[in-house]
Amino acid sequence: MTILQFFLWSLLKVIVVTVVLLMAVAYTVLLERKLVGRIQNRWGPSRVGPFGLLQPLVDGAKSFLKEDIIPTAVYRPLYLLAPVIALSCALISIAVVPFGDPSITGPGNFHVFQIADVNIGLLVILGITSIGVYGIALAGWSSNNKYSLLGSLRSSAQLVSYELALGLSLVGVVMRSESLNLDKIVQTQATHGLLSWNLFGGFQFVAFFIYLMAAFAETNRAPFDLPEAESELTAGYHTEYSSMKFAMFFMAEYANMITVGCVATLLFLGGWTSPFGNLLPTPNNIVIRSILPMFWFVIKVFSFLCLYVWVRGTLPRFRYDQLMNYGWRWLMPLAILNIVGTSLWLAYR
Amino acid sequence: MHLILFIIFAALCLTGAVNLLFQKQPINSALSLIVVMTSLAVLYLLLGAEFLAAAQVIVYAGAIMVLFTFVVMLLNAGREERTLGSSAYRTVGFPAVAAILAVIATGFMKLQGFGDAGIQDHITSTADLSTVLFTRLLLPFEVTSVLILVAILGSVALARKGDAEGREPR
Amino acid sequence: MHLSPEVPLVWYLLLSAVLFCLGVVGFLIKRNLITVFMSIELMLNAVNLSFVTFAHQWHDVKGQIFVFFVMVVAAAEAAVGLAIIIAVFRARATLAVDRIDLMKL
Repeated sequence: MTILQFFLWSLLKVIVVTVVLLMAVAYTVLLERKLVGRIQNRWGPSRVGPFGLLQPLVDGAKSFLKEDIIPTAVYRPLYLLAPVIALSCALISIAVVPFGDPSITGPGNFHVFQIADVNIGLLVILGITSIGVYGIALAGWSSNNKYSLLGSLRSSAQLVSYELALGLSLVGVVMRSESLNLDKIVQTQATHGLLSWNLFGGFQFVAFFIYLMAAFAETNRAPFDLPEAESELTAGYHTEYSSMKFAMFFMAEYANMITVGCVATLLFLGGWTSPFGNLLPTPNNIVIRSILPMFWFVIKVFSFLCLYVWVRGTLPRFRYDQLMNYGWRWLMPLAILNIVGTSLWLAYR
Repeated sequence: MHLILFIIFAALCLTGAVNLLFQKQPINSALSLIVVMTSLAVLYLLLGAEFLAAAQVIVYAGAIMVLFTFVVMLLNAGREERTLGSSAYRTVGFPAVAAILAVIATGFMKLQGFGDAGIQDHITSTADLSTVLFTRLLLPFEVTSVLILVAILGSVALARKGDAEGREPR
Repeated sequence: MHLSPEVPLVWYLLLSAVLFCLGVVGFLIKRNLITVFMSIELMLNAVNLSFVTFAHQWHDVKGQIFVFFVMVVAAAEAAVGLAIIIAVFRARATLAVDRIDLMKL
């Protein structure tokens, strides 16, 4: 395979994945509004299109057409840069996620279901999410508004604190599969379906719980949505943003949710493997064989997103000191205990 | 491929470092330092140091520099005033820097038997790194963890409000 | 992908030397406590690059492990240093190094 072919194939994959991801982001917003509506005993958006299915498109058009206001007192270069950092970091990390069976390859042993197969895939995701903090921090600082600044100070402290618990919760999984490669991590969970998932067979349910909490905090979602707590901070770090720039922050938040769901699926829920293991016969048709793993993957990510929305609709917001106490005094020690327990189990099983 | 990537990211590194010197706003300096650090991570990747590249992004760009921007935002550090300072750095400092650079550069140029770096021609896997780290260098590793603990305690003691006896301020 | 020309490792070393000297210059000319501190971080990073280059040249993992330790120490140093900066700012309400001169003769 020549360099040119490689570039063309990669470009194709990047375009397809980005388009699908952006569509998924749009419809996650709709899913959230619908589900939260049902939780609160109302319908949610239902006017535009059948069951409100066209609502995301109309919302997108609305944010394009709104007036783009740049307040006079902002520090312009960073004010314009911040939403770009937030959105691009949210979109880039999807590049290392394997969506389907890697044994089905394109011409020249080319990965079809993954943009880049990296040895350190898990670390790449962690690294890119840690860069994403700057989007929020700079937005708050450059807005020259006390609410924005408070929101971004809160969020950078929150993200740095919970990144620790998040990273530590993944160590058990990495120890079990002895690799940071996301494909290998999925392969170790592939043998007996549900029973060999890290969540059940790997005894990582504590780690999954910690990951879940830390991921809610990392994506600034309820019950940890303090950086944008509207009752205290108007809208937090994006108070001064309007129109498309606001939409970029919004999209970044939902894209991050999807990435977190993908990582949870890959690390704890067996990735693209079937939950029934070998109970289901392997289909002979190549099309079904390539679509079925993607189907399982999408189902798992979808249920994770529903869990997100369910938690948002159920739990009230934490206070800031409670958030910090919870992260440092409970999640961190729990994650360390989980590492100790997992290593003992792996050494003496 | 390697050459192109090297030139791009080396140039990015140098512009970032020079920009750090010329920016007056501390937050801009911090951002240029982040650019330097992330492009250094790519250079590590080119040299086959996968794990270090990731650690560079996570630890330096993602944690240490967040701390810096956090402090810049917290103290609301505005434009720095250029004062003359002491004249010592102009008379002694700059010639000294030039001398250091000249000495190091000639030293490097005279190195014998230094090879070329191709793409993907010697990758250190995370397993190789950790085998050495957790067997032969286990004691230094544990000592650094104690160092971090001491640093945490020290920074909490330094940054908390109140006087030396630990009384809360009124 | 092997039609690519290779890069002499000395270039990496020269890059690290130049970055180190830029760090020293920053340490000398910057007048803000935080940016002076950033210049120190730049110097550490430059040295790390040369460590990784040597590790690549001699196929020895220990060079990379040294970088790992430098990162750990830099993290500790950043935490303590920034705490000191905050304490100094509380006491003197300024970050300009010229005004923090109580200990000066």
